[in-house]
Amino acid sequence: MPSGHSTLADMTTGQRCILDRLDLPDDLARRLMELGFLPGNEVTLGRRAPGGGPRVYRVDGSEVALRNETARHLYVRRDPESDLVVLK
Amino acid sequence: MSDCHDTGQPKINLLPNPNILPPRPAAERPIIVAIVGPPNSGKSTLFNRLTGLRQKVANFPGVTVEHRMGKAKLKSDQEVFLVDLPGVYSLNPRAEDEQVTHDVLKGERPDFPKPDAVILILDVTNLGRNLVLAAPILHLALPTLVLLNMADDLAQRGGRVDVGALSAELNTPVALISASKGTGIDRIQQFLLGTAARLNAPPARIELPILQDVPKCRQWAAQLGTRASYRAPAPPLWTRRLDAIFLHPFFGPLIFAAVVIGVFQSIFSWAQPIMTALQDAVTISGVWMTHYLPDTPWRSLLIDGVWKGVGSVIVFLPQILLLFLFIGILEDSGYLARAALIADRTMARIGLQGKSFIPLLSAYACAVPAVMSTRVIEDKRDRMATIMIAPLMTCSARLPIYTLLIAAFIPNTHILGNFLSLPVAVMLGLYFLGFAAAVVVARVLKSTILQSKGSSFILEMPPYRWPTAHSLSLRVLDRAKVFLRRAGTVILGVAVGLWVLANLPLHNGHVPALEHSYAGMIGQAIQPLIKPLGFNWKIGIGLITSLAAREVIVGTLGTIYGIEGQETSQTLQAAVHHDLSTAGAIALLVFFAFAMQCLSTLAVVKRETGGWKWPIFQFTYMLALAYSGSWLAFHITQHFTG
Repeated sequence: MPSGHSTLADMTTGQRCILDRLDLPDDLARRLMELGFLPGNEVTLGRRAPGGGPRVYRVDGSEVALRNETARHLYVRRDPESDLVVLK
Repeated sequence: MSDCHDTGQPKINLLPNPNILPPRPAAERPIIVAIVGPPNSGKSTLFNRLTGLRQKVANFPGVTVEHRMGKAKLKSDQEVFLVDLPGVYSLNPRAEDEQVTHDVLKGERPDFPKPDAVILILDVTNLGRNLVLAAPILHLALPTLVLLNMADDLAQRGGRVDVGALSAELNTPVALISASKGTGIDRIQQFLLGTAARLNAPPARIELPILQDVPKCRQWAAQLGTRASYRAPAPPLWTRRLDAIFLHPFFGPLIFAAVVIGVFQSIFSWAQPIMTALQDAVTISGVWMTHYLPDTPWRSLLIDGVWKGVGSVIVFLPQILLLFLFIGILEDSGYLARAALIADRTMARIGLQGKSFIPLLSAYACAVPAVMSTRVIEDKRDRMATIMIAPLMTCSARLPIYTLLIAAFIPNTHILGNFLSLPVAVMLGLYFLGFAAAVVVARVLKSTILQSKGSSFILEMPPYRWPTAHSLSLRVLDRAKVFLRRAGTVILGVAVGLWVLANLPLHNGHVPALEHSYAGMIGQAIQPLIKPLGFNWKIGIGLITSLAAREVIVGTLGTIYGIEGQETSQTLQAAVHHDLSTAGAIALLVFFAFAMQCLSTLAVVKRETGGWKWPIFQFTYMLALAYSGSWLAFHITQHFTG
C-alpha cells in the first residue's frame, strides 16, 4: 500500500483511511484540525454532493464537507484492517 | 468567599440563598456573563431561552463582528447581562471573530468591560471534540459554568457521561441540559444568581495543555472524556437515512428545487389574503378617519402623510415574516447546510461558494438580514462579493411598486395558452433580471477586484433536528420587531418629510400646487437627468424619496396624487397613467430592479464591511446599472410600442 502518496481525494465513498498529514497553509490546516482532521485520526468517506460537488467526510464524531481541491491536500494511509464499510 | 468550591460536586447546587445576602452597591456596573461555545453547539438557542426578546444586536466598533446583548431576569429580580459571543473552535486569535471573543474574555477591549463569568456551552453528542474549547476558557480563570447541551440527543442515542466526575476533573460546575427542550435551565439560573451575588469562585488551577498545540489539546479532551466515563452516542441514524435522500444524485437536486420553489410559492399564495385584508384595513380606516376628523392640514398630514405612507409598508409584514419562518425552519432543521452543499458546485461557477446560497436566499425577503448572514462565509473575498450582489435579489420591498405598475400597464392576457398570464410572466421576468444581474456582477467582481486563488469550502453538517416552535416564534417575532421599528422611524420620517415638502411654501396662506411646492421644485430640478428614461418630475420625487426605502415610492405617489376614496390602488393605477407611458413604466420597473434604494442596507453594509468604501461602491455600481438598464428598457419598449 503506497503511503504518503494517496490523498482523501483519491478515495471512494465508503472507504476508511487514516489521516497522515495536511499539506495546506497554516490557517486552513488549523481550522481543519479543530474540526477533527488531525493526523492519526480515522476518516470515512461519506456522500458526495450531487453533480460532483463537495464530499462529506466523517471524522472525529462529526461530518464535515470539503471540496475536492481541499481534500487533495490531505494525505492519508489506507486503513489496513477494514477497507470498505457499508454506509447506512 | 465560598467554601463550596472544594466539594467536587457541582457547586451551583450548594449556593446559599442570595436573597439573604447584602445587595450590591447600586453604583457598580452591571454584571456581565459571556456565553461562549463552538458553532452548532446551541449557543443562540440557549441565549434566546435565557433572555427571551430582551436582547439587542450590537457591533464592536472597528470590526465587523457582532455580539448580542440580553438581560436575563433572575428569580431574585436582579438582572444579569448576557453577551452572546461569536461561535469559535478555539481562542487562537486568528480569525476576526476569534480575536473579538479572545479580547472580550481577557478584558482587552477598551469599549467592553471584562465579563464577570463565563458560560461555556458544548455539544455533548461530540464531547471529545467540543471539550477542546474548555482548555482556553478555563485558562482565563473566570468563574465558569460548563453546559453539556443536547442531553436529550445523547440519551436517545444511547450515550452517557458522568457529570459529577467531569466537574471534578475540570474543577468547575458542569450541568447537562437541553437548550431546545428547556431542561436543566434552572441550573443556569443558580449559576447566574451566584454570579450576581459575586459568589462564584474562579475554577481552581488544573493542568491544561499548551493551547497552541491542537493535537495535544484534543488528547487532553479525550482523556477527560474517558475519566468522566463518556460513552459517545450511536451515529445519528436518521440523519444518515435523510441524507441518503436529500443528497441523492437524482432526488437531491429535485428536492432542493422543490424546496426553493415551494418557499416562494407559499410566500406569495399564503400571504396574499392576509396582505389584502391589511390593505383594506388601512384604506377603510383612512376613509373612516377622514370622515371623523375636521378638515385641517393636520388631517392631511395624519392621513396622506403618516397613515398612507406607513400603511403601504406594513402591508408587507406577513410576507416578510413568512419568508423568515421558512428560512428558520430550513436552518434549524439542518437542511440549509445540505442546500449549501448542493448549491456549491453551481455557485462555484459564478466564482462564489455554497455558503453564499444562504444569504442570497434570505435576500429575497430582505437584504439586511442577508448581509448579516454572510458571516458564515470565512473567505473574505467571497463574503464581500456576496454582500455586493445580495441587494440585486428581488427583495419584498420591491413588490409594492412592481405590483402597482404591472397592474396598471401590463394587459392581463395569456401567453403560452392558459399556462402563464402576461403580468405573472413580467413579474417572473423581474425576478430573473435581478438574479441574472447578480450572477454577472459576481463573475465580474470575482475575476477582478475580488479575485481569489481557489477559495475553500469547509462546512460542518449538523444532524437533522425538529425545529422547535419556541425558537421559530422568537425568530419571527424578532424580525417583526425590526421591521416595525423601521416602519416607525425611517419610513414614517420620509412620509412626514415628504408631506411637509409637498405642502410648503404656502401661497397666500394656501397649500401650493404640487409643482410650486418644495417637493415639486426638487423633482423639476432632476427632471433633465431622468427624462431620457421616460420619467417626469413627479416620478422624480418618488425616485428621491425611495432612496430611503424602495417601498416608499408607492406612498409618495399616493401623497402626490392626493388620492382619496375607497379603492386606493385602483385609482393610483389610473393616476400613474398620466405620468408614465408603457415604455416609461417598464423603464421604472427595471430601475427598481437594479437601483440601491435602501438606507438600511447601506447602513448594514457599512457596518459589516467596516467602512464607507464598499457601500459607496455598491450604491454607485447599482445606480449605473439602473440608469443604463432603464435607458435601454425605455428605448427598446418605445421602439416596439411606438
